[in-house]
Amino acid sequence: MSFHPQMEYAPAKFHKSERKLAEPGNEFKYTPENQALFDENVTHYPAEERKSTILFALYLVQYQQGHISGASMRFVAQQIGCTAAEVEDVVSYYTMFYTKPVGKYVLNVCRTLSCALLGAERITEEIGAKLGIKPGETDPTGTFTLVEVECLGACDRAPVLMINDEGWQERLRPEDVGRFLDDLKARGYAALTGCHLQVEKES
Amino acid sequence: MDYQPVLTQFVREPRAYTLDSYVKNARGYEGLRKALTLKPNDIIEQVKASGLRGRGGAGFPTGLKWQFVLKDTPKPKYIACNADESEPGTFKDHVLMERNPHLLIEGCAIGCYAIGAKIAYIYIRGEFLHVQKHLEAAIEEAYRAGYLGKNILGSGFDCDVYVHRGAGAYEAGEETALIESLEGKRAQPRIKPPFPAVAGLYQCPTAVNNVETLCNVPLIVLNGPEWFAALGPEKNGGPKLFCISGHVKRPGVYEASMQTTLRELIFGDQYAQGMQDGHGFKAIIPGGSSVPILLDEHLDTPASFDHIQKAGSLLGSAGLIVMNDTVCMVWLAMNLLHFYRHESCGKCTPCREGGDWLYKLLQRIERGEGQMKDIDLLFGVSNNIVGKTLCAFGDAAATPVLTTLKWFRNEFEAHIREGRCTLPADWRARQAMLAGAH
Repeated sequence: MSFHPQMEYAPAKFHKSERKLAEPGNEFKYTPENQALFDENVTHYPAEERKSTILFALYLVQYQQGHISGASMRFVAQQIGCTAAEVEDVVSYYTMFYTKPVGKYVLNVCRTLSCALLGAERITEEIGAKLGIKPGETDPTGTFTLVEVECLGACDRAPVLMINDEGWQERLRPEDVGRFLDDLKARGYAALTGCHLQVEKES
Repeated sequence: MDYQPVLTQFVREPRAYTLDSYVKNARGYEGLRKALTLKPNDIIEQVKASGLRGRGGAGFPTGLKWQFVLKDTPKPKYIACNADESEPGTFKDHVLMERNPHLLIEGCAIGCYAIGAKIAYIYIRGEFLHVQKHLEAAIEEAYRAGYLGKNILGSGFDCDVYVHRGAGAYEAGEETALIESLEGKRAQPRIKPPFPAVAGLYQCPTAVNNVETLCNVPLIVLNGPEWFAALGPEKNGGPKLFCISGHVKRPGVYEASMQTTLRELIFGDQYAQGMQDGHGFKAIIPGGSSVPILLDEHLDTPASFDHIQKAGSLLGSAGLIVMNDTVCMVWLAMNLLHFYRHESCGKCTPCREGGDWLYKLLQRIERGEGQMKDIDLLFGVSNNIVGKTLCAFGDAAATPVLTTLKWFRNEFEAHIREGRCTLPADWRARQAMLAGAH
């Protein structure tokens, strides 16, 4: 029953949560290398504050299997000595963690003001049109995932794209999107502009 | 005025980020060497005398912040360096850490020595992995050279610096939310008091300082507080990094005195060199997206904390977003509310719900489906957010709405009257334009 005379109780549309638990997936365990990295990271914090390492632990999971599954959250909880709910609490808050598989290249298009002023909305449109996907989706070949993100902190290089979490493409123009995607597919990170302040060529 | 950069003097030199370059070119770690011969309290006094104000946004005096750090306690103390740089329009710490990381490391070490801490955590945003790699390599160099670790330079002082990577959350830039995130939780702010200086990281006394703030510390110790204060107007001393983005010819990070006017920064030859493509200047957000807009009539204001505040805005993080006459102000407010709605941590109801309402209202007006009473509603919702949340995020979220309504109310009314966006620019989404939406 409703406590307000004009309000229907619990309308289905209003109360339905779109939130879904992560799929449990296969049993998860760190590779020995990742276990060693985790064990080293724990030493950065006081012994009784193992939970501080949770973001690092989750990145390790994501690098190892591409996304963070239910089983891997339980694994991280065991490693840290907290509950799986506490791990999920963190995973669901931060935008850089994926609970579902993503494409080989995640195209993070910055959509915030400085980038938008220089055509970021057009970039998203062109990528979407070229790949036939909307933001949040992965193309059928599993190569690209398109994501709109908020300010990436490189506004002088607008519009900016972050590819996965290590590649940067600066000052992309809408008319170059097609060529850019082909190039990225063919040559990987080598196709990217990288950082414009990088005056030296790293080997 | 002739201004010699000190924070970014060498950033465009090849391998500027290496210890070699830092020691050879920039008198690297001489500040630390000198600091270790002084009493910790003397360093705090020097920083106070210099008038250094926090570069993260609030402009709070750094010396005072350090003085407030509880000294008489058996608990360990910490420095948490805020390298979460997420304020839209801000990218100065990005450059400092990428090209001059040793300056930050030296600042962390001196800061730790001054407040009696042994550990500094640099909380860097997750998107800056490429920056983090440089920073971690630099930290390793510093350990090997004996500038970090045990018994630094034979002084008996121990200091460790660790990089802690965030994972995508604007709110983590708020100091108590940053601490929560360091503790391995959601980045949500705490109720203050107690302030971090009393009960911060792991409930221990903690100083939370911005990257650029800590980078100034070695310079103060090395060159003296008088030198520092003389670099800018009264109470706004020292070098300052300005991040200029938007419709200017040469966007970038520029180091200048806070005596420099906004007009010089936008139009000056050594700075952003004026507007792109022959368009006229319309408006500027002078301190990152959270501060009020200023107009052409304000451009002769010196870009200092106090002057900009007097002009009706805030210097904030010194992210200058410059807009030309093609920018629709309803669209601008909508773009920024999309940001605030997305980034609200969800802890306080006015911000969590209000941001979403504001976005939807703006979307409605921008699409041409708004009514005149929606303008009152925008004020109503905004005023129910401002001052009613735990952290400054709420005020920041309402600001784009209140400031665009203050200066450009006519644009809102035109949208409503004509039932369409009255200023659609070619750099905005095509499809939405055609459909009359967005």
